[in-house]
Formats: sequence, structure tokens, C-alpha cells
Amino acid sequence: MAHITIQDVRKSYAKTEVVHGVSLEVQSGEFVVILGPSGCGKSTLLRMIAGLESISGGQITIAGKVVNDLEPHERGCAMVFQNYALYPHMTVGDNIGYGLKVAGLPRAERTAKVAAVAASVGLTEFLDRRPGQLSGGQRQRVAMARAIVREPAVFLFDEPLSNLDAKLRVQMRHEIRRIHNQISATSVFVTHDQAEGMTLADRLVVMNKGVIEQVGTPEEIYHAPASVYVGGFIGSPAMNFMGGMVAPKQACVALENGCRIAIPQALAAAHAGHLVQIGLRPEALNLVPAGMGAFDATFDFFEELGPARLYHFRFEDLMIAVLSSDKPPVQVGQPMGLKIAPEAVHLFSADTGKRLEASQKATESVLV
Amino acid sequence: MIERTPILNIATHAILVFGLLFLLLPLYLVIVAASHSLQDVVAVPPNLLPGDQLWINLQAAWAKGHLGERFVTTFIVAMGVMTGKIVLSCITAFGIVFFDHRLKMPIFWLIFITLMLPLEVRIVPTYAVAANAFLPFQTLLDLSGITWVINAVSGVEVKLEWNLLNSYAGLIMPLIATATGTFLYRQFFLTIPEELVEAAKMDGAGPVRFLWDMLIPLSRTNIAALATIMFVYAWNQYLWPLLVVTDQSYAMIAVELSRLVPKFTATGGEVPKWHIAMAGTLIVMLPPIVVVVAMQRWFVRGLINTDK
Amino acid sequence: MRRAYFKNNWVAALMVAPQLIIVFTFFYFPTSQALYWAFTLEQPWGGGNTWVGFDNFAAILGDAYYWDSIWVSIVYAIGSTALAVIMALTLAIFADRQLAGYKLYRVGMIWPYAIAAPAVGLAFRFIFTPGAGLMMFINQMFPDLWNPVDNGTQAMGMVIVAGAWKQVAYNFIFFLAGLQSIPRSLIEAGAMDGARVLRRMRDIQLPLLAPTFFFVLVINITDSFTDSFGIVDTMTAGGPSRATDLMVYKIFNDGFQGLDYSGAAAQSIILMLLVIALTFVQFRYIERKVHYT
Repeated sequence: MAHITIQDVRKSYAKTEVVHGVSLEVQSGEFVVILGPSGCGKSTLLRMIAGLESISGGQITIAGKVVNDLEPHERGCAMVFQNYALYPHMTVGDNIGYGLKVAGLPRAERTAKVAAVAASVGLTEFLDRRPGQLSGGQRQRVAMARAIVREPAVFLFDEPLSNLDAKLRVQMRHEIRRIHNQISATSVFVTHDQAEGMTLADRLVVMNKGVIEQVGTPEEIYHAPASVYVGGFIGSPAMNFMGGMVAPKQACVALENGCRIAIPQALAAAHAGHLVQIGLRPEALNLVPAGMGAFDATFDFFEELGPARLYHFRFEDLMIAVLSSDKPPVQVGQPMGLKIAPEAVHLFSADTGKRLEASQKATESVLV
Repeated sequence: MIERTPILNIATHAILVFGLLFLLLPLYLVIVAASHSLQDVVAVPPNLLPGDQLWINLQAAWAKGHLGERFVTTFIVAMGVMTGKIVLSCITAFGIVFFDHRLKMPIFWLIFITLMLPLEVRIVPTYAVAANAFLPFQTLLDLSGITWVINAVSGVEVKLEWNLLNSYAGLIMPLIATATGTFLYRQFFLTIPEELVEAAKMDGAGPVRFLWDMLIPLSRTNIAALATIMFVYAWNQYLWPLLVVTDQSYAMIAVELSRLVPKFTATGGEVPKWHIAMAGTLIVMLPPIVVVVAMQRWFVRGLINTDK
Repeated sequence: MRRAYFKNNWVAALMVAPQLIIVFTFFYFPTSQALYWAFTLEQPWGGGNTWVGFDNFAAILGDAYYWDSIWVSIVYAIGSTALAVIMALTLAIFADRQLAGYKLYRVGMIWPYAIAAPAVGLAFRFIFTPGAGLMMFINQMFPDLWNPVDNGTQAMGMVIVAGAWKQVAYNFIFFLAGLQSIPRSLIEAGAMDGARVLRRMRDIQLPLLAPTFFFVLVINITDSFTDSFGIVDTMTAGGPSRATDLMVYKIFNDGFQGLDYSGAAAQSIILMLLVIALTFVQFRYIERKVHYT
């Protein structure tokens, strides 16, 4: 178990910087998920922690020890790779035990450890098989076992589930979480799949273009996204965005076409006259008869999701998605009213894309 | 596909059988000649069916050409070339593929260029090197003035000498000095997923350990392919051993074979002992044929991958 | 681009060092030595050597025997290559139909590659000798029809047949591999378009085989220049009256029998240039092949 500190870490290839000064604390035993689109620098960050990538600037410490110049195996990390990276010519047992063998552990001890770990992930009967004879899920388990057996202080996962089919992915997600609860090693998990991030993480780190956008529990990040980017990235179906200006007297945001969307009084007062983006989660919108809501939008089509439906509306040149579990009477081409509770509106600065809160002072973009 | 082409099928078989016969006929004639007495071989009309002298002729050829000893020599050289080539190719390709340094590409090209010029076209100066394998280094020392400096300082005349004529080293080393295998190994190493290297690093394996535990077991098919073509290549060497060996205890089998028949000349002389020569030819052909037929799959793969 | 490397570069140095030393000793040094000798006149084994510029080349190129040797090499190259390539291509394209007996045909076409050049030479010398077997029989019916010992053209003919015979297997392997790398779906698409077997060979397989064809062609020509020593030495020893005195054979003779190192070196340089030129052609086709797939 170990605490990881990442201080202003940078990575550049030739002259291009791909990670721009990232700082992050990971508590001992914590499960942290780094979430972001491909190319955001999340894998590079993970690989710098592992020691597979050199660190161009800043410092990483694991368990209080600066590891910048340590070899991968000296850092006490174990890693699960995206394509598993199992040694194709070794049996499952030898794959799991290879790290111990390199470390010079006697055979008997090795076999015992491998057997114990294999049992814990349900691989006992496959110990003598080759990776090529296993299914995707089983290979994934071998990769996990190989990491577990070394009793690492830190577990690193590099998109380990992305090669599995949807059903297996959910199942392995649960298994990873279960294993983490059992051995409670510090874990850093990189993925581009927000569902994975939301379900697995104690704390979620959202990265974009080489910087951290937000760090927080999945709940915090879902309910209070720190930026337009995070709001749009987290949540499925995705958040709806509209541009407007804060009108403090009516405690609302005035959209360009004159529609008004109510927001809490304190929030409006703090950012009076500010140009903003408002973010509306599809489930925060309620469908009401035309003219009864904040504004009317034209119904286009819906998607059946089972427990609920996702309704798509046209509003000016925007598409607005509404998630609803009751089945309102809609007709293609006909308007419906969309109603929003003021507290459900997320407000972001149109300039910086940052979240605006009632406690903040409006400083920029005020129209006099 | 369902296609009925009976006439074309017959034609196909006819063409292939004809090709087969063209390739097999010389072997058949060799066997026929090797199984008759000399008298029957030169008889008119010719004997077209095998006789009963095969065993006798084989024994005679075996004794006359000292083929027992030559087999041993040739086998040692073939094994030397095979192992030397495999080991060298493997470690060289490893050094080129799995490390990152500025000299990487220059070294690769330095080795790759050797594919261009086969031994035959540089045979004369290579012979001079075989007479003294340290000649290149002596020349370097002379040209750089180090010889002169050492002589001036210590009064010692630097004379490096290592004669490779009539030695296994002399037979084997020049045959290894090409890039065929290195290229094959490089191609293979480039297909090894990076994650495998990283996983090994995470498991604490260094480069040598990685080579030994991962690459060598993974390259078994490569080794088999390279071994097959190298065995055949070395076994069939003719020009180089002809030059480098004067001491018969190092003579190789293909060279010995050519001595069973006097040189082709305009004036008659005695009738060549064709029956013995053909029996010898059969014996010499046999080991590489067995290797190629038995290891067909590896052999074809090796051949195609090294020459591309 | 690869990014997973080991850091210990001294290990890399140790790994490549043996190969570099061998290549330097037995490749680069002899090659440069050949250049040096070609431009100097040297006494074999010691003695001074004097710079003579292009004199050695002038001497060779002024020698009618050398031009004969070039001519003979070209005839051999064209003859043996044409024979071996056409034959192997025909066999491969029909073998690729994979009718019954395919495996047997394949082994039957491949095994001659295993045979040493002197063994091939000796076998064919026997087959073509006027003093025994079939040819003796023919000569008895048509006196003096066949006598390669005196007749240079006939001698060249038998060397070409032997050389081609030895090369067919190699070509066959490459053509078959080339044919089998053509996606099966293309053949099937051709069949759906109504093209029958022979039509598909002509319209689909042969055009797609073009890169392999050129590759094999160049390799054959190169090999005929460099790899022909064993066959010539055992079959004709360059005779009769230099009718089969190929360039590589002449280098050997002038250098080791005639002890004319400078002349042999100059000839080597010319042969090297030829081979290098052919190799460049080959690289160009390999590159084209890469673009193909």
C-alpha cells in the first residue's frame, strides 16, 4: 500500500508537450480512475507512474520515495495492459509467476503463491494452458493475477477492459472492484469509458488535452461538473448546452431568442450580465404541454431505452435530448413544453468554460 | 468453388507431371548409372532400368572419395555455419530492434548492405583475409599510424597474424558474414508487441533476460527456418572450400565429389568412372534432400523471408 | 514508432559487436581491398604495389577474352533465367489450382533446391556426355551430332539446362507463395464475374504476380552471374575454348591459377558494380511491391 504524489509532471516528445504540468494525490488504498478521450495524456501519465515512460518535468513519489529515475520493477507497481501482454509461449501458471521467478523466489514458494492467486480469480483449472487457448475474459483474469501475485503497492490499469465485449466488461468491472476491496492496494485505472470510471472510482480524475479538468468523487463530478468539457464528457446521454446571458432581476438566463430559463436568485446575482453556457441534463428536463414550460421545442424522434425513453427535440438550430420514464403524448413535428427546476441548471462561463457558482464573484464579460 | 473443368484438369495434371519428370529424370538417370558397372553404363543401346550394382558402387564411391571423413568435416562446417549464423543474427537483430541509440540506423545499413555482394564476387581479397584474419586490423593500425607509434615508442614491430587457411574457422566465418539471418530476425522482432516488452520490464526482466526468456522461445520457428536453409547452404559450399582448404583433412564433400571425375577436356584420356561418380553424387545429394523434404514448411518459410 | 526500449546501450553494443567485427573483416575489408588492388599493380603475397590508376581496367577491357567472357555470361544469364522462370511460373500457376496430388507435386518441385551445384553439374555432365548413355546412343545413330567437348554452343546449352534445372525449385517456391498471397476473394470475384480458370489466370493472377515475377527475374539474373561457379567448374571448366568461361569463373582462374590479382580484382569490381546495379533494380521492385499490398 502506498501513497502516490504527482507534482507538476510534464511529458514532451521532441518539442511537443503532451502532459502539461499535472499534479495529483492518490491516497493509500484509494481507487482512482483517470478518465479522458484518447490522446488526452492519461495513458502517458499512467506510464510515467509505471516507469515505462521517462518524466520530462516534475516529480512522482510513491510511498514517499521519489521514483523519477527508478526502473519499472523497482517502483513496486504492477500493471494490467490493454491487450493483456501475456507471454504467449508460457503457461498461465508461468505467466503469473514470471515476475516472482525474475525476483529469484524459490520454486516451491512461487508455485504456492501462484496457486493461491489463481484460485482467487478462478483460474485454477487453467494453470497449464497457454494464453492462446483462453477466452478474452480468462486472459484478462491472467493479466490481473499476474499483477496481484507480486503484491504490489500500486496497481496500474491501462484500459484493461476495452478489448472485451459489453457484457464481459461489466462483469470484469465488478470483479476488479471486488479484488480491490479484498487487497485494497492503491489503484490507478485509466479509461475512456465513463461508465467504467463512474462505477469503479473512489475518486475520478477527468483529463483533457494534457491537463486535469476536475478531480472528485463520481457523484461530485456528475452533479457539479467543473467545466463545460466535464459536463459534456460525463453523463450519458450527454448534457444539453445553450448560450445566453444572466439577467439578475428576473433570476434567469436570457437565451438569444428571448426565452428565459430560471436559475437560483443567488447564482443570478453573483454573475449578473455574464455571458454563459447553461448545461441541462436530459433527466432534469420535464415534458409538459406546449406553452407550459420554460420554452417550447419541436419533437423529432425518440429512442427506446427500456426503462425510459430518450426524446429528441429541435429548438432553433439545437437538438435537445430529454430523458423521461413516463410516456408523454408526443407527435412528430408538434411542439412540447420543456420545464426545468432552477437548481438543476448548470452555469458555465462562456469565455473560460468554467463552472459558475453563487459564491463566486463575476469578474469578466459583464455587459455594462 | 464448384467448377467443372475435366479437360483443363487433365491438362493441369499433364503439365505438372511433365514438370515433375523433367526434375526427376536426372535423378533417375543418376540412380541408373550408379547401379550398373562401368561397362553397362557406357553400353549401347543405353540401359534405362536400374541394375544390381548400386550397393557395390556406393561402397566404392564411399571408399574412393573418403566420404566418411568428408561427411564429418562437412557436417561440422554446416553445424558451425548454422549455429554461428543463428546466434549472430539473433543477437544483432536484438541489439538493433530493442534499443534506441543514434547508431541504430547506420549499423543496420552497414549490415544490410552485405546482402548486396555475395562471397563469389569478392572471393580474391577474401582469400587474402583468410590467409591472415588479422590483416584488416593490421591495415587499420598501419594506416592510422599506430604501428609506427608503437614501433617508435617500444621498438616492437606490430605484426598481427592469424592464418585461417585449412581450418574450420576459415571455412565457417566468411560464410557467416552476411545479413540474411539478421534481416529475418529483425522482421520477426518488429512484430513483437511493445506491451510484451513493457510487461517484462514491469516483471523486472532486463534486456538479456528478456532475450533469453521471451525472444528465443518465441523465435523457435525462425530458428528452424534459418537452420534449414543454412544447413543446405553450408553443405553445398564449393568455391570457398576449394580455395581455403589444401589439407585434405578439412576437405568438404562437394569439392571431393568433383574430384571423382577428371576435368572436362577436349582430349579423351581414360573413360571417367561414371558409375562411381554417380554413386558419389547420390550420397552427397542425400542429406540436404532429406533436410529439405522433411523440413519443407520451415525451409520454404525461411527462404521466402530471408530473401525479401 | 516503437517506444518500448531497453536503456542499457552497452548491452546493445555487445550484441552487435560480433557481427560488426565479422562483417568488417570478411566483407568491408575485402571489398575495399579489391578496390585497392584494382587500382594498383601488386606482386602476389608481399612486395611493393604501385598505383596504376585505371590501367588494370584498361587492360581488361582491351582484352578480347574478357569481352567474350561478358558475352558468354549474358548468354548464360538470359538462357538459364528464361528457361527457369518460364518453367517455374507455368508449374506454379497450375500447381496453385491445388487439385488432387498438390502436396506431392509441391515436394516434387522443391527438392532440387537442396542439391549442390557440383552434384548438379556432375549429373548433367554425365547425362550429356557423348561417351555414355543416351547421347552416346544418339551419336551412334547420327554420328557427331552431339559433342559438347568440341562444340562451344552445345557446351553452353548443357550448362544452361543444368543451371536452369537447379533454379526452377527456387523460382517455383516464390511464385507459389506469391500466388497464394493473392486474396482468395479476388479469385472468387473473378469467378462471379464469369471468368473461368484460364481467364482468371490471365486477367487476375498473372497481373497480380507481376511484382514477384520481377523480383524472381532479377534474383535469377544476379545468381546466374555469381552462383554459377560450381556448375561451370564441374561441367566444362570454362571450355571448350572459353565457350563457357563465365565472368565469375574467369575471376577465379585469373586470380588463383594465373595469380593476376590486380586483373582479378578489377574484374571483381566490374562484377560488383553489375550486381549492385541489379540489386538497386530489385530494391525498386520490392518498394513497388510494398505499395501494392
